[in-house]
Amino acid sequence: MTKPIIQLENISFAFPGRQPILNGLDLTLNWGDRAGLIAPNGSGKTTLFHLVMGLIKPTSGIIRIFGKRILAEKDFRVVRRRIGLLFQDSDDQLFSPTVLDDVAFGPLNLGKNKEEAIAIAEETLTSLNLTDIRNRITFKLSGGEKRLVALATVLAMKPDALLLDEPVTGLDRDTRHRIESILRELDISYIMISHNMDFLSQLTTRIFSLENGKITVDDTAALHPHFHLHSHGTHPHEHK
Amino acid sequence: MFDEPFATGRSFIHRIDPRHRIVIAVVYSFVVALTDRFAPLTGALIVSLALAALARLRPAAVWRRLKVVFGFLALIWIVLPLTTGTPFLARIGPMGISTAGVLLAARISLKTTAILIEFTALVATMPLATLGHALGQIKMPEKLVYLVLMTYRYIHLLENEYQRTVRAIRLRGFLPGTNMHTYKTYAYLIGMLFVRSVARAERIEWAMRCRGFRGRFYHLVDFVPTPATWIFSAMMGIIIFWIAILEWGPHLW
Ligand SMILES: Nc1ncnc2c1ncn2[C@@H]1O[C@H](COP(=O)(O)OP(=O)(O)OP(=O)(O)O)[C@@H](O)[C@H]1O
Ligand SMILES: [Mg+2]
Repeated sequence: MTKPIIQLENISFAFPGRQPILNGLDLTLNWGDRAGLIAPNGSGKTTLFHLVMGLIKPTSGIIRIFGKRILAEKDFRVVRRRIGLLFQDSDDQLFSPTVLDDVAFGPLNLGKNKEEAIAIAEETLTSLNLTDIRNRITFKLSGGEKRLVALATVLAMKPDALLLDEPVTGLDRDTRHRIESILRELDISYIMISHNMDFLSQLTTRIFSLENGKITVDDTAALHPHFHLHSHGTHPHEHK
Repeated sequence: MFDEPFATGRSFIHRIDPRHRIVIAVVYSFVVALTDRFAPLTGALIVSLALAALARLRPAAVWRRLKVVFGFLALIWIVLPLTTGTPFLARIGPMGISTAGVLLAARISLKTTAILIEFTALVATMPLATLGHALGQIKMPEKLVYLVLMTYRYIHLLENEYQRTVRAIRLRGFLPGTNMHTYKTYAYLIGMLFVRSVARAERIEWAMRCRGFRGRFYHLVDFVPTPATWIFSAMMGIIIFWIAILEWGPHLW
């Protein structure tokens, strides 16, 4: 049961005229893996996800998805059907006029007919508790609503794996719990970026970090659930 | 900056099939634009006002839209009577007010007002998204539909980026004045607006590709013409025909 989904070998990347951000990076995500990625701001986490989706091209290195080497845009089209990316900024992700339009957009592109696409969209919205806002205008939603709808648009594609770029940053505790339980119930592999150690430890089996452009296994952040007592303990907070 | 004051409502007009409304609006505008006689033009204006009433448009909101055009019409009323030539209706000093000029200005005013009100009543009463989908369903070119829908998204994007930047500037105590600091800030504001909008537009395009977009939009809504739609379309057909008769038919008046 260690069939790889994503394999990155010796990947390097630099934005034009800048120091390399990723430098000989190796990373593997296997079927059933639930991995966390925790690293400082600006260390290249988002960039790494964009590389996997083929939105930007590495300066060197090999990308294999489902065991197959991915080179051209046409290979990435197949990848994008099976791996869903949740963008760090949900404003980037939503573009259709209404929520329902947006969630149905992916299934329609996958060749579903109108009725099937609407059914999938409705089902996804129901599972995320979003049926109330299905006819709202996407760019007039609150930040948290946008994030949930963005997640719905990704899940509606029924991907095999997810790349989640800070899925719960800026969300209230209830919404965060909602996302947590959804991810727990799904039979899906993922890599999740987060700065929230508690959240990561609840939802992942391995945690990586990104240092000097390379993936490191974060030993210092060995997983241990912990309970603690201090003022504001009932409010969501982060631990470094 | 950008809103759709008439788009939502539950009036008779709002419930008419958008495809029918678009087709009627276009045909009606064509006929009115080609009309020159005063009887059909006046009739058209009355019909347009009736449509506005049927759509329950708030007069104040309609007036706000008309004002823009009225400024332009005022100019026509000044220029045309003075430049069109004899015969004169009256004289002011060395200049004459041309009869033909006045009639022409009156025609243009009637046409413009009638078409504008009618478009507001029939087309502005649907959200732009609906307009896009309706255009798609009356087999307009996909590129055009794509343009309508994406323009909508990007106008909102520009507005959002603009307001975000303005808010950031205000929050840090910026007060516009006539000084270098103000000019520099405005230059940054506009520069940032473009740079950020372009960057964001690129990421939206990425997001679309991530969801399998291949340049084709699908339309979710099936518009179903109700009996009211057919009755309305038939009525409007008769009205348009009647305007055409008044204009091009045998001279009865
Ligand atoms: N379009 C771009 N052009 C040039 N440099 C960029 C661009 N996008 C990002 N960078 C730079 O690349 C580096 C990595 O950015 P990235 O967004 O991958 O960081 P991140 O790890 O996701 O950070 P965060 O935790 O803040 O989201 C940053 O230093 C950033 O300034
Ligand atoms: Mg990031």
